[in-house]
Amino acid sequence: MTIRELGHLVLADGAVFEGEVAGFLRDEPATGEVVFNTSMTGYQEILTDPSYAGQIVVFTTAHLGNYGTSPVDDESSKVWCRGTVLGDLADRPSNFRSTRGLPQFAMDEQLPILASVDTRRLTRHLREHGALPGAFGPQPIEVLLEAAKREVGTDNMDLASVVSTKTAYELDGGPFRIVVLDFGVKTTMLRQLQDLGHLIVVPASTSAEEIRSLSPDGLFLSNGPGDPAALTTPVDTVGSLLGELPIFGICLGHQLLSRVLGATTYKLPFGHHGGNHPVVDLSTGHVEITSQNHNYAVDDGSMGRALVTHRNLNDGVVEGVAAEALRAFSVQYHPEAGPGPHDARYLFDRFSNLLNGANHA
Amino acid sequence: MPKRNDLKSILVIGSGPIVIGQACEFDYSGTQACRVLREEGYRVILANSNPATIMTDPGTADATYVEPLTAEVIEAIIIKERPDALLPTLGGQTALNLTMELVELGILERHGVEVIGANPVAIATAEDREQFKHAMEEIGLEVPISDFAHSLDEAMVIAKRIGYPIIIRPSYILGGAGTGIAHDDVAMARLAQEGLDASPITEILVEQSIAGWKEFELEVMRDQADNCVVVCSIENFDPMGVHTGDSITVAPAQTLSDVEYQEMRDDAFACLRRVGVETGGSNVQFAVDPKTGRRLVIEMNPRVSRSSALASKATGFPIAKIAARLAVGYRLDEITNDITKATPASFEPSIDYVVTKIPRWAFEKLPGAEARLGTRMQSVGEVMAIGRTFPESLQKALRSLEQGRHGLNADPAEGDLDRMSEEELDQAISIAAPDRIFAVEAGLRRGRSVERMVELTGIDPWFLDQMERISVARVALSEQRARSVSGEAVLGELGRVGLRRLKRLGFSDVQLGYLLGCDPATIRATRKALGVLPTFKTVDTCAAEFPAETPYHYSTYEEEDEVRPSPRPRVVILGSGPNRIGQGIEFDYCCVHASMALRAAGYEVVMINCNPETVSTDYDTSDRLYFEPLTYEDVSNVLEAETKAAGVDGSLVGVIVALGGQTPLKLAGQLDPSLILGTSPASIEAAEDRAHWSAICERLSISQPPGGTAVTAEQAVAVAKRVGYPVLVRPSYVLGGRAMEIVYDEAGLERAMSRLLGSDEGSPVGGVLARDGGVSDDRPVLIDRFLEDATEVDVDAVRDAAGEIVIAGIMEHVEEAGVHSGDSACTLPTQTLGASTLSTIRSHAAALAEDLSVVGLLNVQFAVKDGDVFVLEANPRASRTVPFVAKATGIAWAMIAARVMVGTTLETLREEGLLPRVIELPRHVSVKEAVMPFNRFPGVDTLLGPEMRSTGEVMGVDVNFGLAFMKSQMAAGSALPSSGTVFFSVADRDKAQGLEVAKLFVELGFDLAATFGTAGFLRSNGIDVAQLVAKIGEEAMATDAISLINSGGIQLVINTPRGYGPRADGIHIRTAALVNAVPCLTTLAAARAAALGIAAAKDQPLVVRSLQSLNGPVA
Repeated sequence: MTIRELGHLVLADGAVFEGEVAGFLRDEPATGEVVFNTSMTGYQEILTDPSYAGQIVVFTTAHLGNYGTSPVDDESSKVWCRGTVLGDLADRPSNFRSTRGLPQFAMDEQLPILASVDTRRLTRHLREHGALPGAFGPQPIEVLLEAAKREVGTDNMDLASVVSTKTAYELDGGPFRIVVLDFGVKTTMLRQLQDLGHLIVVPASTSAEEIRSLSPDGLFLSNGPGDPAALTTPVDTVGSLLGELPIFGICLGHQLLSRVLGATTYKLPFGHHGGNHPVVDLSTGHVEITSQNHNYAVDDGSMGRALVTHRNLNDGVVEGVAAEALRAFSVQYHPEAGPGPHDARYLFDRFSNLLNGANHA
Repeated sequence: MPKRNDLKSILVIGSGPIVIGQACEFDYSGTQACRVLREEGYRVILANSNPATIMTDPGTADATYVEPLTAEVIEAIIIKERPDALLPTLGGQTALNLTMELVELGILERHGVEVIGANPVAIATAEDREQFKHAMEEIGLEVPISDFAHSLDEAMVIAKRIGYPIIIRPSYILGGAGTGIAHDDVAMARLAQEGLDASPITEILVEQSIAGWKEFELEVMRDQADNCVVVCSIENFDPMGVHTGDSITVAPAQTLSDVEYQEMRDDAFACLRRVGVETGGSNVQFAVDPKTGRRLVIEMNPRVSRSSALASKATGFPIAKIAARLAVGYRLDEITNDITKATPASFEPSIDYVVTKIPRWAFEKLPGAEARLGTRMQSVGEVMAIGRTFPESLQKALRSLEQGRHGLNADPAEGDLDRMSEEELDQAISIAAPDRIFAVEAGLRRGRSVERMVELTGIDPWFLDQMERISVARVALSEQRARSVSGEAVLGELGRVGLRRLKRLGFSDVQLGYLLGCDPATIRATRKALGVLPTFKTVDTCAAEFPAETPYHYSTYEEEDEVRPSPRPRVVILGSGPNRIGQGIEFDYCCVHASMALRAAGYEVVMINCNPETVSTDYDTSDRLYFEPLTYEDVSNVLEAETKAAGVDGSLVGVIVALGGQTPLKLAGQLDPSLILGTSPASIEAAEDRAHWSAICERLSISQPPGGTAVTAEQAVAVAKRVGYPVLVRPSYVLGGRAMEIVYDEAGLERAMSRLLGSDEGSPVGGVLARDGGVSDDRPVLIDRFLEDATEVDVDAVRDAAGEIVIAGIMEHVEEAGVHSGDSACTLPTQTLGASTLSTIRSHAAALAEDLSVVGLLNVQFAVKDGDVFVLEANPRASRTVPFVAKATGIAWAMIAARVMVGTTLETLREEGLLPRVIELPRHVSVKEAVMPFNRFPGVDTLLGPEMRSTGEVMGVDVNFGLAFMKSQMAAGSALPSSGTVFFSVADRDKAQGLEVAKLFVELGFDLAATFGTAGFLRSNGIDVAQLVAKIGEEAMATDAISLINSGGIQLVINTPRGYGPRADGIHIRTAALVNAVPCLTTLAAARAAALGIAAAKDQPLVVRSLQSLNGPVA
C-alpha cells in the first residue's frame, strides 16, 4: 500500500478538506475553479477534455484509475484541467486496453492529484455553495487559502482562445466539407464529424471571410471552456455566417449560437458535469441519457430567434435550440459521448440531413 | 402518457415459497408492486402460497389468495375475481413460468385477461435459449458457441463438435438447476441426462464453456416510449463458471473503461428491444474475455430478478416499484425519483461508493453435499455491504455473514489457513468454494504474486490488488506490533491518520485487536479519543448532485456525517441478517411489522440490517435505514449516531432485539441492558440456560423430558444412562436445530459427541460448531430423553408489561416430535388434541411467560405423549411461526408484540382495534408445510430429522384439515395423487401404525407396492399388496424400488426408516423419488394426513378463498 504525504484542498470560502498528495507535484499549489463530475467511467476522457481548462475536477466515483489509461481514449493532446481530487486512487490498473496506470499518466501529464478525500462532503459543499475557486497541495492550509483566494475562476474568461488550435488543420472524412471552429474540440467529436465530412479545423479567432474562403458545406461550433460572454469575435463570425451555411453547435458552440440568435447566457451554480442527465427531445418526447459538462447555460427567458428543442428533465435547463429557417441548431450536452452514453448520436444524423440540403434537421 | 384507465383490476402472482434461487427478494419486489398499483387506484388481486411474506399481508392487496401456485388454482381465482390484467414480472421465474402455462392452456384468453409488463412472445424469446440465441445473432451480438439437445445422443454429438470443456444448461429453469460443466464424455453423459430431466421441456443447451472470463450484469429498464436506462452495472468477483447467485458481486462495475461500458450498455438496450420487453426491468448478463475484451451475451431475464433487488438496494432506485408503474402505462420521465423527490426516474443512478454482495451457503446443514461452487446455485441467502472503497465494503460484507469472521482474516478463525501447507493452500485457492476468499488473502499474504493468483483463480487482478492492500496493511501492523512494547503503544504511533487509514480499509475493531493483541474495547476507546469516528453517508442515486430526502445510510470513515438531527423519540430495530436455513424471511416479516406498528404509533423507527433481499431493507419501510453489518461495533456506531441525532430534546427509546431471530439476540448481551426493549436479556438467558430452565419448570410443576448437560462424551453417556435411550443431542444457543441429532444407543451418542467436539476424523477443528461458538461450560451440549411418537405442539403467545397474556396460536405438528419444527407441517387449529390437553398447554405457556417476565412474544414447544404434556423448550422472542399464525388467525401478532415491547398494554391495543376483544378459533384450517432444498443437493438424504433443512414454507387453507393439507402439498410442489400405486416401505417399529395407513390408501382405491418384509406383514393382516418390490441386491427376485420409481410405476412413496432401519436402501429410494418428482412422505403421520387429504379432495372440487374473506380485513 502506498503511503502518501498528507495534503489539503482549501476552497476560497475557507472550507478545508484533508487528503493525500499524489500524481505530479508542483512547487506551487494546484489552483482552479473546483467542479464535480458524477461520471462513473471515463476519467481519462474527462482529464483530457479541453473544456476543463482552468478547473480542478472532483470525481465523485469511489475508485479512480482501475482500468488505467490508453492513448486512444485521449480527448485532446494533453491534460487541460489544473488538477484532480478523488477518492481512492488505484496503484495498478487492470484492463487489456491499458498502457499506463493513472498515477504514471498523472506524472507524465503533469497532473497534480489529491486522493483519499471525502469527495462526497466536497460535492455537497459545492452543491450548496456553487463552484468555487480552490487550491490543493502539501502546503500549509493558510498558504492554500491564500492561493485559493487569488484564483480568478472562469467568469468573463476567454479560455477558448487558450485551448484552441493555433493553426488550421484538416482531417479526412465523409463526402461533405465541414469547418470546425475549435474552441477546445474533443477528439471523439471530430471522429463523429469525420463520418460526415472532410474536416477543416480552424482556430477560434478565424473570421467569417476566412471560413467562406474554405467553401464549406457546413459549420460546426465545438465545445470549449470558459464564459461564452467573453467570446465576442466568434459571435460576430457565426452571426455573419448564420443562414448562409448549416450550423451545428455543441456545448460552448451551443451557447455561442444561442447568443447569435439573441439569447443570453448565465452561469449555473455548480454546472452539469456527468454522464447521467436526462434530456427530453421536445419534438419527439423521447428521453435521452446524456453526457454533460458545462457551467454556463442559455437563459430560458431571452430566447431571441432560437426555438428551444431540448430540455434537462432534472432542472429544466435549456439543452438544445434550433433556428429551422436558418438551418442552425445546437445542444448543450455532448452527443458525441466520450465519455458517456451514445443515446444522442442521432444529432449528427440531423446535421447530415442539413448538409444534404434538407430544409430542416 | 398517463396511466391506463381501461384497466380496473390487476392480478399479481408472487413467487411462492423461499427456495434456493428464489428468495425473499420477490417479497420485496412484489410488495412494492402491489402497493404502487393500489396507490394508482387499481384493485389488486394477489396469489402467493407463502404466508411468511409482507406481500400476503391482507393490507398489501385488495384480495389475497394464499393458495397453491398452479394453473388450476389461478384459473379459479380468475373466475372469482375477474381481473382485467395479469402482471407476471414481479414473482420471479415461478410467476413467469406459470403465466406461460396459463397462456398455453388458453386460460387467459378464455377469461379475457391481458398480460402486462412483459408479453408472452418476449418471455418466450428470452427464456427459450434457442430463440434467444437466434434473436441475439440477428442483431449482431455474440453468444457462446452452442447447440440444443433434446436427447442424450444428440447432446453427445454436439459435445464432440464443440469440444470440452462444455457447459450444460437446461431450458426453462431457475437459478441454474441442472446446470454443470463437463470436462469429458463421462461427466457429459451424466450432466446431460440430469439437465434433460430438470428441464420441463426436456431440452438442454450444450455450450462452449467460457469459464474464467469476466462476468458482468446490467440492470436495465425500458418504458413503452422506448426510453431505456441502466440502473446499475454489476461486476462479478468470481469469474464465469460460478453461478452469479453464488458469486461475490460488486457494484458498480470496476474494471471496464468507458468505451467498453458504453458498448455493453448499447448491447443491453439492443437486447431488450429485440427480445421485445416493452416495459419494465430486465437484466442482461455478459461475459468478457479479459485478454481481448471480446464480449458475449450470456442471458437476459425479462423480469425483476434477484439482481434487480440487489441493484435497487445498491443504488436507491426502486426497480420493482417503477416496473409496476411502467406496466400500467407510465413513462420513466413521468415518475419521480423516490430519493430526491425532485428529479425524474428517467436517469441513470450515479453511485459514489462500492457495494459488495456475498452469498451465504448452508453446506454445514447438508451432509453429503460437496461444498464446491459451480454453475448450479446453492446459496440460501446473501449479505450486502456498502463502503467508500472496495476493501472497506468487502470486509464489512464478510463480517455481515455472521459466520464467526470479523473481516478478511486477521481474526482467530484464520488459524485453519495458517496451518495449511503451501500445496493445500494452493488447492484451497484454486477451487471455487464458500471460504475461498479467505484462502486467497492467505495466499497473497504468504507471498504469492497477484499474477500467480490470477492463474490460480481467474479473479481479476484489480480485485486481488485491492485484497493485497488489506494484506499489506495487516502485515505492516503486525510488524509494527512486533517492534513495539504493546498494542496500546502501536495505537499511539498510528495516531489519527494511521488508524483512519486502517478503518478505511474496513478493518473492524476486533481485527485490529487481534493484530495488536488488545481488547477490541481498547481499540474502540482509543479510536474515539483520537477522533477516528464513523461517518454516515447517504445512498441517494445521484452522488450528492441533488439533495436526498430519503435517509438511507451506511458508515465509512470520512469527514462529514449526514444523519439529520430530529427530536422525535426513536426505536432501533435490529434485523435478522442474511437468510439461512433456520433464520429466514419469517424474522424479517416480524421486523417489518414492528416498524409499521411503531411508525403508526408515532415513533421514529430506525432499521439496521445487511440483507439486500428483504422488505426491511427497503428504505420505505422505516424512517431511517442503516445498511450495516449486525455486529457489536457496527450496531453501537449506529446507536451512538442516533443518540447524537436525537439531541437533548429527543431520545433513543430503545432497541428491539427479539424479532430478528438469533442474530440480534446474540448482540443483546453486549448492549446496554437499559436499551433493550421487551423481555430482558436476563430472561432470554434464563430460558436458554439449562439449569435455570429446569429450575423454572420444576418450580412451575411443568414436566419436561428428563435430561442433562455435557461438555465431554463421558458426561453425555452418563446423562443418557440416567434418562434412557433414545436421546436428543443438541447444542445450546443455536437456531434451526443446528447439529441436532437423535441417537438410539451409546455408540451413536459417542459419534454425535465427537462430531460436536471436533474429535471426529475429518471434522473441522473445534467441531461442527466451530462457527457457532463451539462447546464449553457456558455452551454445553444438551442431552434429553427423546419421546418417541409424541405429538409436537408449538405455541405463540404475547405478554404485556402489565402481566396480561394472550395465546396467539396453538399449532399441532403433523410430523411427530423429533422432526425439527421448522421442517414439520403443522396445523392451526389443532386436530387431535383434547380440550384438557389444550387447557394444560395454555396454562403452561401462561405460567412460563409470567415466570420469565416476558414482554412481547414467547414461543413454547411441547410434546404430547399418551395425553401427558411435556415442555421441550421456550423462547422469549419471535418464532418462525409468527407470520403463519398471523395469517391463520387474521391478527397481526408481530405488530402487537412490537407495541407491547414499547410499553403499550394489550388492553390499549384492544381499544385501538389492533387486537380483537374476543379471539375466536378460526373456522377454517390452515396448514403450513416446509419446502426443502434437496433438488439442489443430489447427494443429500431427504429424510427429515431434528436438524432443520427447509428453506421456506407454504400455507394451505380450507374448510377442513384434509383439504388444507392437500393444498399445502400442492403448494409445496408435491401434489398428492388421487389414484395409482403407493410404494410402502416402513421400519419394523412403524409397522403397526403403517397397517392403519395402508388400509386408508387401499380404501381410497390405491394399489400398494411393498418390499417383501413389509408386504408379508401387510398380507398377513389382510391387506392386498399388488406389487412386490426387491431390495437393492435382491433384484433377481423382483423389480427394485428405484427402477419402479424411475419407470413411473409409483405415484406416492411412503418411506419411514428411523434409527437403524433400512437406511442404505432408504436413501436411494428417496433420491429416486426426488429425481422423478414423486411425492415422498417420510413419516406415517404425514402419510395419514395425506390419506385424509386425498379422501377429502375426492368429493369436493377445488375452492379458493381470499384471506380477506376468511379473516376480515384486519392484520
